[in-house]
Amino acid sequence: MKTQTAKQEFDAAPWTGRVRKYDIVKEATIAFVIVSMLIVLLSLAFSSPDDKQLTFRDWARTNPTNFYATTVQELAGTSESAGYGPPYNSASDGLNIGPLWLQKWAGVTHPVDIPNDLVITPLTLSVLSAKENWALATWKSATAVQQTTWATTYDTAIADANGNYAAASGGNYGPVPVLAKALTHIAAKGSLDALLLAGGNFYSTDNTKQILFFGDGAYLDDAATAANLQGNSWGMMNETGRYPGQAWLWLYSIWYQVPPFVNEESAPFGSNADAYIMILVLGLTSGLLFAPLIPGLRSIPRVIPLHRKIWKSYYSEENI
Amino acid sequence: MNTETQTTEDSKMWTARLRNSWQRNLPIDKLLPDTQPAYVASWIYVFGVLTLVALVDIVISGLILSFAGPAWYHSSSLGLFVNSLHFWGVQLFFVFMVVHLWGKFWMAAWRGRRTATWITGMVAFLASIGTAFTGYLIQTNFDSQWIAFEAKDGFNAVGVGAFFTPTNIGQIMLIHVALLPLVLGILTVMHVLLVRKHGVVPPIDAQPEIEVV
Amino acid sequence: MNVPAKYIHFNSWLQISVSNLIVIVIMLALFAAAILLPFPGARSKSNKVPGEKK
Repeated sequence: MKTQTAKQEFDAAPWTGRVRKYDIVKEATIAFVIVSMLIVLLSLAFSSPDDKQLTFRDWARTNPTNFYATTVQELAGTSESAGYGPPYNSASDGLNIGPLWLQKWAGVTHPVDIPNDLVITPLTLSVLSAKENWALATWKSATAVQQTTWATTYDTAIADANGNYAAASGGNYGPVPVLAKALTHIAAKGSLDALLLAGGNFYSTDNTKQILFFGDGAYLDDAATAANLQGNSWGMMNETGRYPGQAWLWLYSIWYQVPPFVNEESAPFGSNADAYIMILVLGLTSGLLFAPLIPGLRSIPRVIPLHRKIWKSYYSEENI
Repeated sequence: MNTETQTTEDSKMWTARLRNSWQRNLPIDKLLPDTQPAYVASWIYVFGVLTLVALVDIVISGLILSFAGPAWYHSSSLGLFVNSLHFWGVQLFFVFMVVHLWGKFWMAAWRGRRTATWITGMVAFLASIGTAFTGYLIQTNFDSQWIAFEAKDGFNAVGVGAFFTPTNIGQIMLIHVALLPLVLGILTVMHVLLVRKHGVVPPIDAQPEIEVV
Repeated sequence: MNVPAKYIHFNSWLQISVSNLIVIVIMLALFAAAILLPFPGARSKSNKVPGEKK
């Protein structure tokens, strides 16, 4: 114990042993010049990734069938966003980690009324034909139960037709087909992005409604698949094109590929993967943060003495 | 200009106490030394300064991008070049920082009351990750759309999404350009000052000399 | 550089993009080189020693 304390005091004390000359300002300047040159070279050689933003206009033009079907799902409350839970709505309790329901406890702090915010309001703010106006009025004056019945029946019919509304069987769908067609038109014209963003306001910076709507359909997902950004990672470790992503996040991102977390059917964490991985990440981060205080972890450098290489010349001169 | 021993008034004065503490802990020859211990003789030691200068390059390119606004680089080739400087700066920053971290771990550089140095460094690493993450979110291109879509699920799952909205570009832009760089800057300064204050950690096997009386 | 990245699959569930793998390899190589390569002036003759006791 005595030698340990003496060593600790020695390590903490100002160095009184041999020294060498050292120009700190020169070192920093040389480092700055070298690194700056390296960055310029890499920029000239490789440029940087900039895949064009996706728009509702592109979606409605290249895949109108899917856009239409997604619109119906938003009205029916069967989309992923509709059933998301906090912070957008209370349709579900969200994810849990054992007894911890953090998502639910945090509450609905960013409410999004899926059928109205994503479909009805944009329609209301648009110039519609007489028929479309009638459909909108019919929807608005119907009861909530009636609205859901129309939309879910139609949603089922479209699903039965493999997502192709044109092949869906006939039925009592109320104004839903006209509404879905109207929104597809508006999207294809290019107005929907701004309508969802601003919703009648002048200023807005909140893209949440757009992201939720996009995510419910196939367009965003297909683009990510085409860019190899899936793979059960958040896409956080990856970059578009052949550019490096965030390789330094591997310790966190890797869990999304490990079997117990991989997808909703994986046991035991599957559907709650996001929550469990966050907790795991918290644990790993704490380990790194408090390494000096963790017995065992802090002894690793002694047990695996890479330092003998780092201080090789000093050790040989001092015969240590 | 009081360079004599502390008077009774000094010990009551906040300014005097701060000045004296500063002079004790970080005198100018510790801040700008011209010698270093003989054991600082390995290429691993350059990775701290490499990380720092990469950060300087990131800030400079970031300031240009801030001035011109987030959409500039989509339509300007100069803008794309500055964006590239920022992008590769970040890649190099993290490469150098990780190698620096590995080096400090294998040196057990937290010894000799340097725990705070380690912790400020690790918190700076985490702040850097947060800064980079918010940066990816404000690209205003497909990548930022995809990342926002995916990342919101992770944050929402643990309740953080209730007050941190990856899909609100206004919030994220201010966090990336103002809040986190300030936090990171403060952490970096603290970290570097701690290194200057405590000096470079002695080798693991270096021993105090035993005085023979 | 703007074509989709290639991925390497280590086993049925672990994969990584080639670009990220390159960056990780570079980090490991830099670390190894840094601790193994000799540092100039390491065997310094001009060491001043305040109060040497040897």
